[in-house]
Amino acid sequence: MATVFIPTPLRQFVDGQDAVHADGATVDEVLLSLVEQHTALKNQLFDDQDRLRRFVNIYLNDEDIRYLQKGDTAVQEADEVSIVPAIAGGYY
Amino acid sequence: MAEEEDGHLTPEEAQRYSRHLILPEVGVTGQEKLKQSSVLCVGAGGLGSPLCLYLAAAGVGRLGIVDFDEVDITNLQRQILHSTADVGRPKLESAKETLEALNPHIDIVSHGVRLTSQNALEIFRDYDVIADGTDNFATRYLVNDACILSGKPNAYGSIFRFEGQASVFGIPEGPCYRCLYPEPPPPGLVPSCAEGGVLGVLPGLVGTVQATEVIKLLLGEGKPLVGRLMLFDALEMRFREVRLRRDPSCPICGDSPTIHELIDYDQFCGVGPAVEEPQEIGEITVQELKEEQDAGRDILVLDVRNPYELDICRLEGSYLIPLGELMERVAELNPNQDIVVHCKSGARSAEAIRRLRTRGFVKLRNLTGGILAWADQIDPAMPKY
Repeated sequence: MATVFIPTPLRQFVDGQDAVHADGATVDEVLLSLVEQHTALKNQLFDDQDRLRRFVNIYLNDEDIRYLQKGDTAVQEADEVSIVPAIAGGYY
Repeated sequence: MAEEEDGHLTPEEAQRYSRHLILPEVGVTGQEKLKQSSVLCVGAGGLGSPLCLYLAAAGVGRLGIVDFDEVDITNLQRQILHSTADVGRPKLESAKETLEALNPHIDIVSHGVRLTSQNALEIFRDYDVIADGTDNFATRYLVNDACILSGKPNAYGSIFRFEGQASVFGIPEGPCYRCLYPEPPPPGLVPSCAEGGVLGVLPGLVGTVQATEVIKLLLGEGKPLVGRLMLFDALEMRFREVRLRRDPSCPICGDSPTIHELIDYDQFCGVGPAVEEPQEIGEITVQELKEEQDAGRDILVLDVRNPYELDICRLEGSYLIPLGELMERVAELNPNQDIVVHCKSGARSAEAIRRLRTRGFVKLRNLTGGILAWADQIDPAMPKY
């Protein structure tokens, strides 16, 4: 199972864990398994059409999946998936 | 004003900076480079505080600060440029005083304006490096675009709760903020620091990383944080790094840019008046709510804040569903009931109303100004945060 790093702002949706193990052969499958385990996280990561939100970046190890095969990028057991949302620090 | 107009160090300055002068990577040449340099800090708040303090202490010759805000008591938990006696004063005044006391050999330039598309390029023109210590997405995109259009490096740092990010944008061939995040979050989805909180020392850590990068850029020493995004997690005390690439299709720094001048960033971030709300969100003031409650009208007051915020203050009889759990728990609510939704100041409750509408709720009103307005206007004994 891959390890998914959860940034601190989203930890409230995964019972406070900093990392969650999730199954899947691709990044999409891993994320799907993650939001199935933690349903409150779904709306934070995906829009109404189930597309990954554009201010949420996903990295496989240290590489942005947009420069790999996006959601189809293959994930190995020992891989680390990081969720990196945009943060601005204050008011809109 | 620096004493020596030729940019050389005076004996007094040489003594002050002696721990720099004996570093081979800085030396007299490097220190004189710093003295001849100029840096603009956008924001004199959480990130701007350590940034300005360290850049001033390091002897950056001209330090510009853009800020139009006043010091508020809630700033002092992290904004170490300002003190208790400064509450109510313009941040610029307080910052200038602190920095001049720290280092009288440098020039502090105050820009007491809100940075806008109209003034950004003009203000940036006089500086070598820009340090982005702002607190909102609209200004972040503005700083990014103005840096790219004027060819200035941007030492970027950002914080939220326990999370920090830093990078350097605006270096030729390097990525920019838009390459990292093509679009900002829709308003209301992510709470602000005012609503979500921020650990007081966090901007200290991240702003210090920014100051380090600024000084390295000015000296031309070391490996700048270009093409890398530093991620900091204060809870786990873990620094990580991910790779950042310049996006060839980036609208401002890509191969065929489509943005050639500054745009309306409030509109871009969905916060401006130009953005059409498909359906107006009905508002209710705290006085109106109080009157309706006193008149015995059956209203459900729905509080969408997080449980720990309730420990600070809450409205009597309110029903709690944190925004993040709203859609999971929507069945607990009656779509035909009159519902007044509130949060701390009104942003999350507006988002809650948007979401509830998609489930057929119609009798929804947003409490203008949130529980803070209630504390201000109805119940002065209520603690504010």
